[in-house]
Amino acid sequence: MPFKRQVKTMTKDNPVNILIAGVGGQGTVLASKILGEVAKSAGYDVKQSEIHGMSQRGGSVVTHVRYGQKIYSPLVAAGNADVIMAFEELEAMRYLPYLKKDGLLIVNQQQMLPMPVIAGNAQYPKDIVEEAGAMGAQVKASAASALALEQGDARAANVVLLGILSRHLEFPEDRWLDAIRKTVKDKLVDMNLRAFEVGRRQ
Amino acid sequence: MDQYELLSGNEAIARGAYEAGVKVAAAYPGTPSTEILENAAHYQRIQSQWAPNEKVALEVCIGASIAGARALAAMKHVGVNVAADPLLTFSYTGVNGGMVLVSADDPEMHSSQNEQDNRYFGLLAKIPVLEPSDSQEAKDFTMQALELSERFDTPVILRTTTRVNHAKSLVKIGEPQDMVVKDYEKNPAKYVMTPANAKGRHTVVESRRKALTEFAGETSLNRVELGDRRIGFITAGISYQYLKEIMPEASFLKLGLLWPLNEKLIKDFASQVERVIVVEELEPVLETQIKAMGVAVSGKDIIPREGELSEEILRKALGLKPFEKIFSSVQTLPVRPPILCPGCGHRGIFYTLKKMGLHVSGDIGCYALGSAPPFGCLDTTVCMGASITGAFGMELARGEEFARKCVAVIGDSTFFHSGITGLVDLVYNKGFGTVLILDNSITAMTGHQDNPGTGKDVKGLPAPKISIEKLVESVGVNRIQVVDPFDLKHCEQVLREELAAPEVSVVIVRRPCALYVRLKKPAFVVDAAACIGCKACLKLGCPAISVNGGKAHIDPLVCVGCGLCPQVCPKNAIQEAGENHD
Repeated sequence: MPFKRQVKTMTKDNPVNILIAGVGGQGTVLASKILGEVAKSAGYDVKQSEIHGMSQRGGSVVTHVRYGQKIYSPLVAAGNADVIMAFEELEAMRYLPYLKKDGLLIVNQQQMLPMPVIAGNAQYPKDIVEEAGAMGAQVKASAASALALEQGDARAANVVLLGILSRHLEFPEDRWLDAIRKTVKDKLVDMNLRAFEVGRRQ
Repeated sequence: MDQYELLSGNEAIARGAYEAGVKVAAAYPGTPSTEILENAAHYQRIQSQWAPNEKVALEVCIGASIAGARALAAMKHVGVNVAADPLLTFSYTGVNGGMVLVSADDPEMHSSQNEQDNRYFGLLAKIPVLEPSDSQEAKDFTMQALELSERFDTPVILRTTTRVNHAKSLVKIGEPQDMVVKDYEKNPAKYVMTPANAKGRHTVVESRRKALTEFAGETSLNRVELGDRRIGFITAGISYQYLKEIMPEASFLKLGLLWPLNEKLIKDFASQVERVIVVEELEPVLETQIKAMGVAVSGKDIIPREGELSEEILRKALGLKPFEKIFSSVQTLPVRPPILCPGCGHRGIFYTLKKMGLHVSGDIGCYALGSAPPFGCLDTTVCMGASITGAFGMELARGEEFARKCVAVIGDSTFFHSGITGLVDLVYNKGFGTVLILDNSITAMTGHQDNPGTGKDVKGLPAPKISIEKLVESVGVNRIQVVDPFDLKHCEQVLREELAAPEVSVVIVRRPCALYVRLKKPAFVVDAAACIGCKACLKLGCPAISVNGGKAHIDPLVCVGCGLCPQVCPKNAIQEAGENHD
């Protein structure tokens, strides 16, 4: 090969790479939509990637969100995620190899048993949050589903997690609130705004 | 100020159709294409329709085009196989109003049965193929495809892949053009493809090919980006984006028009760089043509031919260091395959089929999940509609006895798509087969699109509801029964009756999709004192039920109260909440 040296992407600021992992039906797509709106409103180039179809039937799902001055690929490369936001513990561990050295893992402390475990053909891994921490990953664990339930609906766990994420990104709170108002259904706005605040205080 | 929106490739294609004045849009749902028509239907002035199948969708668009309107047909890659018959002759007739066919390919088979490369349809049908690499191009190329279509009197294929259809990026929103319906004049020499007329049209197609080849050398759809001359990539679609991440300073010939190729454009580019690498997902469609021009290139010798590409795969192929993966669990992580939802009507029927030990000729839809544990029911899944015909073929090969142990399963939407002709074959050719039409009253897997049996159109407005019972009866099926898959005993009894009957039977298994019409019944609970831990309930493959410490447990947040599990518990240990519970 003529090129042996590794080429770093851009001369400008490096893009921010966020992976949102969960189980089909948990609301990963809505979370990525809100995050994308926030980054867009701040004037960044944004790309995000989702998978629809079969995997949404309770399978493992992941959406990618990238923003920066100029973004080419809609996918986060393995080993290059700044943040992984996981809606479920096993899915956090599944996508952990995507996390870069100083990256942050935000994980919902919830375990949903996959069918091979329910059927008794496999074991659910043990102490996932602890193991991730022991490897040296920066981990922020939260009982987001329980916190969301206190606000009226466990399904708002996605927005609780966004509240946690918001503390680690540069955007002012107003941008997040505007994006939530713009993205969720009217009758669910208040509940989701409360869920976001709960996450932000974590 | 320019207005930008964050749109998926599919939303952008619909926007492009709207801005370009498309009047007629038709599709059959299929991942990753479905949202194109869903979004087109949001624009009032576009006459949008879900067609029963892709051939019908394309033919409606052909008629609209010949009559002078701009038209768009959208389908997944395998849908183009269904529509191939009209497509290849439409190439001969050409258009009046512009016509674009969106072929949404699915490399990696995220939600498909194969990963065929539909760029070959351009070569086969001799019609131009455009491929966008982000949402802005998805919109722009849709509009340019319609212009090209009219300028060169040809249908145009807009070929996309999942990572463009379902990735979002910023799109500049434009003003819609006026919707123009061109004059229509009857012109049999152009539109009546008898052999004599078609011979004349083939000559036209060949001169069109030459004109398009010249156009390919000058169009801005193809773009040269000269950078570091040591390496030059010839690429298109999503692969371009991955390469720009990895080697932004290299030289690129970024193709937007993938067929036909212009030899001078390729050779000029190749002469300016030291080494040319063709980077394309799946088949060496570009590479083979470029090599035939006598240009020395690398391609599939280093780039994988299966599945999607990625930054990681391309870094490896190009000899670059991948990103380090630091964090990796030492534990074995169980897979999480998709499953039948809680309250899904398919669960009861697959439980019954498994219990009865039947052969099952399967089809395309959520019920393909009947192949997964704990059911493992399906013998075959090939394509839309193949369940009925496949079962008949098995019956012919192995005889009547086999037919008594075999059923075909097909969904309502799939039955309308291409199951009807198979049933006609079964009746006409005197088969014995038993066909289960799993009617969940929606097109479920693709995300709940209406179909001819739901009573609503693509805009959600009331539409004639076509009766499956009457349709089946009218093709000559005498034995028709309707069952509720939540009633396991009745399902089994009916199946036994129909399998024994010496003629064609249709059993309509009717229960609305659990995600579309949500059950709101109280969760069931396990009486731990009565539970013996026999795991009979686990045979339902329900995500709400697990067995811990020798006792079954039902997750009240997951259970929707469908009532299947009490029917399979030998100890009556599963009860409605409230019974025997203080």
